[in-house]
Amino acid sequence: MPNPEPEMPTVQPETPEEKAARKKENRQNFWYSVRDNTPLLLFVIPGAIWMIFFFYIPVFANVVAFKDFQFDPNGFVASLARSPWVGFKNFEFLFSSNAAWVITRNTVLYNLGFISLNLIISVFFAVVMSQLRNRRLTKVYQTSMLLPYFLSWVIISYFVYAFLSPNQGLLNSMITGNGGKAISWYNAPQFWPFILLFVGTWKGIGYNSILYFASAMSIDPTLFEAAEIDGANKWQQIKNVTLPALVPLMTLMTILAIGNIFRADFGLFYQVPQNSGSLYNVTSVLDTYIYNGLTATGDIGMSSAAALYQSLVGFILLMTSNFIVRRVDPESALF
Amino acid sequence: MWRKKEISTVEIRSFGPGANLCFNILVALFAISCLLPLIFIIVISFSSEHSLVTNGYQFWPAQWSMAGYEYLSRMSGKLLNALGVTLLVTVLGTAINATFTATYAYSISRSSFRYRRFFTLFCLITMLFTPGMVANYIVMTNLLQLKDTLWALILPMAVSPFNIIVMRTFFKRQVNESIIEAARIDGASEMRIFCQIVLPLAVPGIATISLFAALGYWNDWFNALLYIQNTRLVPLQYLLMQIQSNIQMLSQNATQGAQYATGLSNIPKEATQMAMVVISVAPIALSYPFFQKYFVRGLTIGGVKE
Repeated sequence: MPNPEPEMPTVQPETPEEKAARKKENRQNFWYSVRDNTPLLLFVIPGAIWMIFFFYIPVFANVVAFKDFQFDPNGFVASLARSPWVGFKNFEFLFSSNAAWVITRNTVLYNLGFISLNLIISVFFAVVMSQLRNRRLTKVYQTSMLLPYFLSWVIISYFVYAFLSPNQGLLNSMITGNGGKAISWYNAPQFWPFILLFVGTWKGIGYNSILYFASAMSIDPTLFEAAEIDGANKWQQIKNVTLPALVPLMTLMTILAIGNIFRADFGLFYQVPQNSGSLYNVTSVLDTYIYNGLTATGDIGMSSAAALYQSLVGFILLMTSNFIVRRVDPESALF
Repeated sequence: MWRKKEISTVEIRSFGPGANLCFNILVALFAISCLLPLIFIIVISFSSEHSLVTNGYQFWPAQWSMAGYEYLSRMSGKLLNALGVTLLVTVLGTAINATFTATYAYSISRSSFRYRRFFTLFCLITMLFTPGMVANYIVMTNLLQLKDTLWALILPMAVSPFNIIVMRTFFKRQVNESIIEAARIDGASEMRIFCQIVLPLAVPGIATISLFAALGYWNDWFNALLYIQNTRLVPLQYLLMQIQSNIQMLSQNATQGAQYATGLSNIPKEATQMAMVVISVAPIALSYPFFQKYFVRGLTIGGVKE
């Protein structure tokens, strides 16, 4: 529409032609910018496709928790579409059984145990190692402490088996050698909380103590000099210089671990007790429960409900803990 | 100069001689406890079957023997196959993982990349929520139809969003945008800039993520547990796991020692089993003291946030 007075700042409604032209220009701009960014876009694409298939689609596949899932021979979409909705039935099933309580309790309690043991022991070792006189020896210690961290849970379970095997294990031969009665370790649930806490902590200490060690070594040495001149003894120096310098890292690690309190290390709880049924009451955690539901009992509905329960609570915990970190120390927040 | 500084720091932050000795012993004990199980397994693998059955596992067996390793070389078909699968998956997987992670991270580290915010967010979101084992399983088996293929062992670990974020920070710190700008003015293509300028500068970071990836693939049994039934595709760690559960089952069914000993003839023997553990640990145990420095550097590599 021709405008007789172009200087008047009135808002004219777009004609269809103008609208089309603008859209075309936008589209052109979009394609120009794509063309300009093509090489970098190509770099991103493999990773982005992976994320779509291994994250975004699975996230939506979580709707199976609200369905009575059946595998359909016609593929994924058909399986999802043809499985009937059942609402919250899977969740009702899950939470009406005793299992939900047991696995939640086990997961949270074990993780709380790991968090506190890890914190105390690895800070202790880090502080001690930062004060040892022989640097080369310290390196040797660190290298050996790191070994378990690099091994898989399958290997670790063989290690544990060498000590706990009912017939040949070292512990049983020591017990019977002293006139005691052999213990069937893999059928004795009362010992497993300690065994699992011990093995899990033992595997991770090397890694965690190196983290704290690096932090302790970056403390300005003049602080120690000043403390020494002020007459502080070794213990006072550790208490008033080293430990306060480690507090930010300790806070960060703990809060992040609390964010993950609903996730258990599947390998530890599945491999080390060798999935022994008589231990389930003390070794069953969310992850092993979901796995057993998926494969052994084939109850996809219930295990997907448990998986969604785990993911949602984990998400809430992560957001909350990150929120707290951001309040305490914005630099160490995850996002 | 360097020497002098080192000595003075040692003096300031170190224990007195008495405390030093005590704490050395304490830390040494724990360090030994980390090596001891492996030594124990090695000793068992060199023990004779007879002394294992009569005396159980011992740190100093009554009788030494190479029988475990000899038996292993005879039944080598299965083992070699598993070793081959593990090697292939590790090499291929590490190459894919390092490439995808590095290229993605490089793109979102470039301030001239128009969609960098979008793709950064696209990656960050994946770290907030876990889709869960069941959903991943359904997508892998039903949508991608990858059950019982080598890809089922490779693809689930092909990209690590966390490493992408770490590498992004690394690229930002290590690669100056002005070098890239200069190369662009000189007419280098993006591909050439990445390969000839950025990659050489990023070697330490890429070495670290490759290391993590290789370790992850070598140690992986979980994906095999979920997706592999074909015996020809069984990786080493999963083979070890199967053997262990076989033995476990037999020892639970057999009531006591005598029956157990007779049942032993047709399953891999104790020493053989441990010999396989030794073989699967050996590459890691022998090489990690050398790559440890990359690993420790990797812990601090993404430490600075932007």
